[in-house]
Amino acid sequence: MDSIRRRVLQLLGLSALGLTSKPIRDAFAQEEEQVKYQTKKGENALTAQQWAMVIDTRAFESEGDLEPLIEACHKIHNVPQLRNKNHEIKWIWPEHYHNAFPLKAGRFLSEEVEHRPFLVLCNHCENPSCVRACPTKATFKRESDGIVLMDFHRCIGCRFCMAACPFGARSFNFRDPRPFIRETNKQFPTRMKGVVEKCNFCAERLAVGQMPACVEASEGKLTFGDLYDPESEVRELIRTNYTIRRKQALGTDPCVYYIV
Amino acid sequence: MLELAIKGTKRYYGWMTFLLAVIGAGFLLYLWQLDFGLGITGMSRDASWGFYIANFTFLVGVAAGGVMVVLPYYLHDYKAFGKVTILGEFLAIASVIMCMTFIIVDLGQPMRIFNVFLYPTPNSVLFWDTVVLSGYLLLNIVIGWNVLEAERNNVHYQQWLKPFIYLSIPWAISIHTVTAYLYCGLPGRGFWLTAILAPRFLSSAFASGPALLILMCLIIRRVSTFDPGREQIQSLAKIVAYAICVNVFFFLCEVFVVFYSQIPEHMDHFKYLFVGLHGKGAYVPWMWASLILMVIGILLTVNPITRKNEGVLAVACVVIFFGTWIDKGLGMISGGFTPNPLHHVNEYIPTLPEIGIALGVWAMGFFILTALFKIAVGVKEEVRA
Repeated sequence: MDSIRRRVLQLLGLSALGLTSKPIRDAFAQEEEQVKYQTKKGENALTAQQWAMVIDTRAFESEGDLEPLIEACHKIHNVPQLRNKNHEIKWIWPEHYHNAFPLKAGRFLSEEVEHRPFLVLCNHCENPSCVRACPTKATFKRESDGIVLMDFHRCIGCRFCMAACPFGARSFNFRDPRPFIRETNKQFPTRMKGVVEKCNFCAERLAVGQMPACVEASEGKLTFGDLYDPESEVRELIRTNYTIRRKQALGTDPCVYYIV
Repeated sequence: MLELAIKGTKRYYGWMTFLLAVIGAGFLLYLWQLDFGLGITGMSRDASWGFYIANFTFLVGVAAGGVMVVLPYYLHDYKAFGKVTILGEFLAIASVIMCMTFIIVDLGQPMRIFNVFLYPTPNSVLFWDTVVLSGYLLLNIVIGWNVLEAERNNVHYQQWLKPFIYLSIPWAISIHTVTAYLYCGLPGRGFWLTAILAPRFLSSAFASGPALLILMCLIIRRVSTFDPGREQIQSLAKIVAYAICVNVFFFLCEVFVVFYSQIPEHMDHFKYLFVGLHGKGAYVPWMWASLILMVIGILLTVNPITRKNEGVLAVACVVIFFGTWIDKGLGMISGGFTPNPLHHVNEYIPTLPEIGIALGVWAMGFFILTALFKIAVGVKEEVRA
């Protein structure tokens, strides 16, 4: 009797193991898999091999100049305004030169640059360390245009991506953000507590042929385009101006360029 | 053998009830966290990991430390440790369960945890960490249980266990190596970006794990008729002595590289922890205490006169356990996040509910540990009688 019960339990255990190991086997045998589903692009969708941004920092004198850009982004993306600094969520915000570029900050600096505000956001790196760290592929680099995106429904909230990001670009929902959204934009999802979020280069706007909200609000001070199109406006700016990127030495290849 | 865990003295029941009460309190606090979100902790956008992950890291070490009794017995045929291998294996089980619980309480969306297996991601170290931790748990349950059952029935353990026992030795090293890789492979986190992190983790593991085992052996001798043995305790003490020396040596290697190179990205974290940075320095007394405790631990365990005195040895083990806990369970994580990647200094201080939840997890671990040790000691007493 006892041995039969044991045998049955053993078999049950083995079959449970066999059933649950399928996704793991699949992960290691991915080359055989074929793409079954495809999302069709909208008619007006803007496309690129790798989206990139050039910020002309010379055009911004005070943090007030950046406010409309930040406001535009945070408003359409339902970014909450939390009073507790520990719970803060931000996608795009101003920093001093020595915080935005800690590796390049000298003690003696052009006074003008020292007082200039620098707009920082997710760099949508070509070699993103956050994507490498995520254990569920909830954050991923979209192959079609290089945007580093988040799946808010898959994220388990382990915050490994936040530790991996060398730019502090990511925020975590330490509490339910919905009561702190001033005006909810129904066109974009709100988030729930316990997931990570960050700038998405306005993937939802690009899909319908619009430029990112901050670029639109900047009135030409921010330029957005394809890094791999030699004719693109961003390439033209990078060609004709001296640009710097944040923490370039770390090898993540950020796609946000700054004209200083 | 489970029945041995439910037959006990009043003192045993009292202790278990106390632990259950702490677990219950921690669980209530966890329900609050589940409802509100991780905002009830002291973590922030800048210090995105805190007390939970720090304790997780420390306990992976304690779990790996169990191998220090398994290895000499099975690989070097050091017979004396045959008496205590089961204690090492059961300590590993309880520690790994605590580790897993700390990971779960740290998740923002714990009900989605199976996404890790539904969408396995081999390029993520966290995926490998779940693999090695669950593997180590399974190995220790299978090995510990079967070997103990064989001992109870006065027979040699089954031959098929041998390969698993050998496998469990490198596996123990792997759990702490992979846990160190969680941190040391991240660009832009100067405090962790060092190849010596995994060796440092292992050395502190081989000090703290066996130190806890010695304390457990001394307690077992007091509360039961089973004596783990003086020779066993002394051998463990020598292991602790070497490991704590190596741990401090590795730490000094790190200090040399960081301060001789003078690279601010690496130096600022040490400054923050040991002297304070931009006027913030909540960890300064703790970090110095840790260093002093570890040095006292070295003096007491290396010196044969103090080591051979079991009373002093017990003090040394407590000192080493707390010293390594502060080093890894307090400074290692918050030190890595302060200053943040933009060189702002936003200090992380754990909140009371956070500490309460952590205490609940520790209590759960000790509940499991007590039950398992009760079984092991019960079998040993039976066999002797």
